[in-house]
Amino acid sequence: MTSSRIDTVALVGNPNCGKTALFNALTGGRQKVANYAGVTVERKEGIATLPSGRRLRILDLPGTYSLRARSPDEAITRDAVLGRLADEPAPDVIVCVADATNLGLVLRLALELKTTGLPMVFVLNMIDIAERQGIDIDFEALSRELGAPVTATVATRKRGLETLLELAASQAEGMRASPPSGWREPSATEVRAAHRQARELMRAAVQPPSRPDTLTGRLDSVLLHPVGGVAILLGLLFLMFQAVFTWAAPAQDLIEAGFGALGVGAAAVLPDGWMTGLVVDGLIAGVGSVLVFLPQILILFLFILLLEDSGYMARAAFLMDRIMGGAGLHGRAFIPLLSSFACAVPGIMSTRVIDSRKDRLTTILTAPLMTCSARIPVYTLIISALIPNRTVGGVLSLQGLVMFSLYAAGILSALLVAFLIRKVFWRGGSELFMMQLPDYKRPEPGNVLRNLAQKAWAFISRAGRIILPLMVLVWALSSWPAPPVGAQGPAIAYSAAGRLGHWLEPIFAPIGFSWEMVVALIPGMAAREVAVAALGAIYAVGGEEGALAGILSRQWTLACGLAFLAWYVFAPQCIATLAVVRRETGGWLWPAVMFGYMLGLAYAAAFLVFQASRALGLA
Amino acid sequence: MIIKVRTGGDRDRDGLTAAEIELRLLEFGFVEGARVEVLHEGPIGGDPIAVRVDGIRIALRRAEAMNVVLAPEAA
Repeated sequence: MTSSRIDTVALVGNPNCGKTALFNALTGGRQKVANYAGVTVERKEGIATLPSGRRLRILDLPGTYSLRARSPDEAITRDAVLGRLADEPAPDVIVCVADATNLGLVLRLALELKTTGLPMVFVLNMIDIAERQGIDIDFEALSRELGAPVTATVATRKRGLETLLELAASQAEGMRASPPSGWREPSATEVRAAHRQARELMRAAVQPPSRPDTLTGRLDSVLLHPVGGVAILLGLLFLMFQAVFTWAAPAQDLIEAGFGALGVGAAAVLPDGWMTGLVVDGLIAGVGSVLVFLPQILILFLFILLLEDSGYMARAAFLMDRIMGGAGLHGRAFIPLLSSFACAVPGIMSTRVIDSRKDRLTTILTAPLMTCSARIPVYTLIISALIPNRTVGGVLSLQGLVMFSLYAAGILSALLVAFLIRKVFWRGGSELFMMQLPDYKRPEPGNVLRNLAQKAWAFISRAGRIILPLMVLVWALSSWPAPPVGAQGPAIAYSAAGRLGHWLEPIFAPIGFSWEMVVALIPGMAAREVAVAALGAIYAVGGEEGALAGILSRQWTLACGLAFLAWYVFAPQCIATLAVVRRETGGWLWPAVMFGYMLGLAYAAAFLVFQASRALGLA
Repeated sequence: MIIKVRTGGDRDRDGLTAAEIELRLLEFGFVEGARVEVLHEGPIGGDPIAVRVDGIRIALRRAEAMNVVLAPEAA
């Protein structure tokens, strides 16, 4: 072997086999998370060092049941194993990771992996749990039948890692010359044959558990109960929303105050002129407007990771499948749609777990209708300005009721849109829903924290790369050209955005928007809540005194405000979302469809609300 | 016990060929000779269902499950 070259070891296994935990244990902190070229499937690689000092490159591939890929994630696994990726040569060794307590399906996968001709190591992870359950595995028999060395690990306790690395390294020495070419899509007959072989293997090498795990069964009888299970799921969701909106608030206030102070500091240091505007209003305010959502996203992801690692997420998909299926959505669309309540960007990124393209597209198209947290500042501003603070029927706050109905409008319209997409665009029955319900296990704090950090960083870097340049662009449009000397009214009225607002005003007149409202929509394209700041700028510089809500309550009619709220339920007011949709769908077609349908809905909803409230005399 | 795993009927559904449904069932361990036990039913209309197939818990919809033909185990 040439010593300069580091051999690559690819980890392949079923979902939930502890593969990522093994990857983390092998590589420690030395990991690199990036994307595969052209797709946003996470690419995780790291370096493991043997006691001899030799190093191995470890690649963590998405979990799969077969090389016959069904989802974008699984396609990556297939292409990486077969060396079909442009930026990734075929691995030198495959490590087939098995959950030692659940060997049935992975043995067939191992047999399929053997047909690639690549050297393989079969590793029984979570062997401690298997031992506890009294599962007796004959390593020698298994190794003989698989034609690959077999070893055992406990990734979470870092047991057996050295042996695994030694085996992988020595396997890499062996059949260097043979290219991976043996694999082709197996037919049903071949899958059956492989299953038969896997079952014989099981019979020969594995003693069934003498003390089987009963915890999962007992938990499932509660958590999958038709009534109790649904109630528990709703309770968990309620807790999650409470956490996202109340726990995150102090941290968000801190971030906002921090960026505000940074902006003031920068303004004091920098000379007057457009540079200051660019740095303070463009860059600092731009970064701040993205980072302010980080606490909510961290809390949301923490919940999602805990639910995923414990095995509950599959149960949530099971309980929700029929409800979502009624609207033409997949059970697995539940998680992305849930994430979209914080922000549609991570929500859309997490649609990758959905195996069918149509179901995935439906989910992507409806995700932005979920009320994301960027709408909250807009909603609270308009509600506090225009909705009277009184109670309905003695108990319910009218303002709270309006807020609730805005959320409900988002959810209902998402279900309706999904239903229409299913009926109009892809007619016919719904897609397959088939998933393993993994055994429950305690989430490993180290893994949860590591994943949380990686997800947070992915959000910051992706959103930052997309939002930041746009914020600068929107700032430039709203600042140039500068008003002439001695001009009356707010400066923004003379800028490109202001002119655009005046020019667009007739189009928005039927839905009751004044030119100020139209101008605020333009910077609001960068991120929804920026519209609040823009309104503040327009009215503050317009010579009005007092809090923005007070100004709006004098300037806007109730019909105007309601139309503005209705607009915001639907409007595609977020370039970051559109950019992520383009990346996930690989073209401008679907972002254009999304923009068009949401704009149409927004206009229609605002028109109906404005005209109806005027007819009711709410003007 | 499973006596037969069928293709997904005579009708190709929504880009999913009948053979594809059979293959996916097979990949999840629904194979002739496997032992199947129904564990749970979904909250609405008893759909989807959770079954144990040779010790592995799988959730699937009834529509697909209809392609798996079972026979009661001989006592």
